[in-house]
Amino acid sequence: MIPPSFDYHVPKSVNDAVGMLKKYGSEAKILSGGMSLIPLMKLRLAEPAHLIDINQISGLDQIEEADGFLMVGALVREANLEKSVLIRSKYPLLLDTTLVIADPLVRNRATIGGNLAHGDPANDHPATMLALEAELVVVGPQGERKIPVTGFFTDLFTTALSSDEILTEIRIPIPPPGSGGAYFKLERKVGDFATAGVAAQLTVGKDDVCERVGIGLTNVGVTPVKAEKAEEALRGKKIDGESIKRAAQLAAQESAPTADLRGSEEYKRDLVRVLTVRALNRALERSRGRK
Amino acid sequence: MAKQKIRIKVNGADMEAEVEPRLLLVHCIRDVFGLTGTHIGCDTTHCGACTVHLDGKPIKSCTLFAVQADGSEITTVEGLEQDGKLHPVQEGFWQEHGLQCGFCTPGMMMTSVALLKEKPNPSEDEIRFAISGNLCRCTGYMNIVKSIQYAAQKLRQEA
Repeated sequence: MIPPSFDYHVPKSVNDAVGMLKKYGSEAKILSGGMSLIPLMKLRLAEPAHLIDINQISGLDQIEEADGFLMVGALVREANLEKSVLIRSKYPLLLDTTLVIADPLVRNRATIGGNLAHGDPANDHPATMLALEAELVVVGPQGERKIPVTGFFTDLFTTALSSDEILTEIRIPIPPPGSGGAYFKLERKVGDFATAGVAAQLTVGKDDVCERVGIGLTNVGVTPVKAEKAEEALRGKKIDGESIKRAAQLAAQESAPTADLRGSEEYKRDLVRVLTVRALNRALERSRGRK
Repeated sequence: MAKQKIRIKVNGADMEAEVEPRLLLVHCIRDVFGLTGTHIGCDTTHCGACTVHLDGKPIKSCTLFAVQADGSEITTVEGLEQDGKLHPVQEGFWQEHGLQCGFCTPGMMMTSVALLKEKPNPSEDEIRFAISGNLCRCTGYMNIVKSIQYAAQKLRQEA
């Protein structure tokens, strides 16, 4: 399949890219890893007149901790997240997530920024970022602003990014000691979107009291879902089999899946319940220092 | 749309082409450079038959524009053989019957070569994980795994 014609632009800086976005408006799309955009162009579901390839912009591929945040550049490829010593040692939820995105060849190109900015509720990083309470740094003609991830996904394939803004960095608060996270995804085969996925991040204090909890759900709504009622049911309470079970039931209620080839609404809701139990249990084990 | 000049090093040789930005890398490799060892299978980023190395990393060349590869180095399956001698991965696929129809084979081999550069002694699980983006619809994966294990051993002996 041959994609429609477009003009190809290669900005060397974020400001250049923003200038191009301002000039071409909704006619332009940012090309990052291209692992979603190029297939969509082949299917004529996207026909941008201008492609702005940001892969030559330097400084958007760092993974580092500073000032209380893990900062991940928007151009960091999934394969580099997987290889990062920092991610492998301290961010099990991010590592779980990147390892189940598409397949290893796609992960050599796919970027974390693209996974988020695409606004697809079936993508995996959105749920993870909701669980980690990330904020997204975006740059536009007026300069930089930060968008909490809870306000980023506004509708199906729609984000809080304006047409002249570009996502440059993801900032994740460094989890305190006693934290752990996990991502569970059921997929029919490698490379498929999730039938459902659940991201859980916990901070556990004395006597197993839940000090902090984040739960994000993949592909069970028009946007990625933050399971706030499930979080509420755990926050400040003792984490045990009972409270996890109750939270999982609430997460299932908060999900809003639609039936498709991957399963019925009822099946997917129940899957959310099951995966939430597993994700919380694994997160709890990891918060105690177990892999 | 205006054509753009691109320069790509393909299997060690400097190549130039004038291409439309929408030309996919796999079409450039096959139709412009005339290297038809790289296959187009699903054309939807699933099957991995079009796998080539872009600056040493295996990628699906049906999901990259040729203009994106401007200034890069590409290795295709034609670049594996050196001085008339098969690459150990090619030899492995031959010895262990790692193919029947051969359609997935170029992609399988490119992924395997990249894996063995990173992990010279992979476990079976690591091999299966590494080739999970390459689909075979006839041989089945058993012999492909054996082929890669053969190549791994041979490469370690040579090292």
